[in-house]
Amino acid sequence: MVTAFGFVLLTLLLVTAVAIVVTPNLFVAVMLTSIFSLLMAATFFLLDAADVALTEAAIGAGMSTILFLGALALIGEHEARRRRRPWLPLAVIGLTAFTLIYATFDKPRLGDPAAPVHQHVAPWYLEQTPELMGMSNVVTAVLAGFRAYDTLGEVLVILTAGFGVLLILAERRAGGRPDRPPAVGLRHHLIPRVVGQLLIPFIVLFGLYLQFHGEFGPGGGFQAGAIIAVGIVLHALLEGEAAGRAILPTRVLTGLMAGGAFLFAAVGIAGMLLGGEFLDYSGFSADPVAGQQLGVHLVEAGVGITVTGTLVAAFHAFADRERPA
Amino acid sequence: MIIDALSFAMLALGGFFVFMGGLGALRLPDLYTRMHAASLTDSLGTLLTLGGIMLQSGWSLATVKLLTILFFLLMTGPTATYALANAALFSRDDGPPATAP
Repeated sequence: MVTAFGFVLLTLLLVTAVAIVVTPNLFVAVMLTSIFSLLMAATFFLLDAADVALTEAAIGAGMSTILFLGALALIGEHEARRRRRPWLPLAVIGLTAFTLIYATFDKPRLGDPAAPVHQHVAPWYLEQTPELMGMSNVVTAVLAGFRAYDTLGEVLVILTAGFGVLLILAERRAGGRPDRPPAVGLRHHLIPRVVGQLLIPFIVLFGLYLQFHGEFGPGGGFQAGAIIAVGIVLHALLEGEAAGRAILPTRVLTGLMAGGAFLFAAVGIAGMLLGGEFLDYSGFSADPVAGQQLGVHLVEAGVGITVTGTLVAAFHAFADRERPA
Repeated sequence: MIIDALSFAMLALGGFFVFMGGLGALRLPDLYTRMHAASLTDSLGTLLTLGGIMLQSGWSLATVKLLTILFFLLMTGPTATYALANAALFSRDDGPPATAP
């Protein structure tokens, strides 16, 4: 049954991917990308990777669709005229695809228990997590505990990407045209506004639940950050750019972006000061397991804060631009 | 036994309405009739499918979660349909101005 579902999902993924390439209308392509992400999330869930599925659904299908639409509002929905000779790109892509497919022949079968990835450190993580970390979600224990170095790197990548977007796109407010009518969002549309405002608190609450429940179930800083950001962006969409900015000004957003990463690194250094190694949380409490849990909570909070700040800042960077004449 | 049969019937009927919604969205002539067909999926399809699953899960936390999902979908579905119809109404610049049905 699961295999049948997998076949259906993968076929739909393939069809969607081809449709994205073929369609000349960028708006349709963005919608298809959203569907692609949703199908991908379902596939991840079928593979028992609930954490990844949640991330894919929140960021791929939710947040990045909004960012794409923000970009489309600036550039219009029609594809640029196609190039005459696609042969060189076609050859490069064909060669890359062939190499990649050839490389998969050496890969062990999907789900093969004898594969190196299941034999190396994974069994140790699975065995030791309840004892060393006292958590039921091994993914969170690995992400924020055992392999916190990697996660710190990821947070810094997100931070860098966010500052890149701000540097390239952010408009100087003083230079903006004062005669331009302010964007009012959906303020005149009563139904979306009422329903949206009704849902925002629950969206943010669900984000916070994922943030603090990540050690017991699927969730964690990345997913929580994305969902809280969606709630804030929804407010900006409903009430207009100015109202959206008023609750979190740029100053606060950049503070959040950098502050989250700073919190993560500071927790690591605090571990060193308390006699452990960088990002070793066992010194935070008399009981090493409680210390680990406290450390994981703090680190996940840092991740969530940075992700929220970055996504909201990227949305505002798009929404604030004027459409070129 | 009765619960199983009931939930099976609800799931099958829900699936049928989702299918009809999809069929209508493909076959009907213009945007508004297509939206009408697609709203079948939103309302009856969701209600029956989630109701069928709720009967299977019995009185448990899963039922509460399903109820929450149902509430969310029943709130957002019609809102999205409204937004779509509204956008369609305002974006078309040809033909006579549409009147309320």
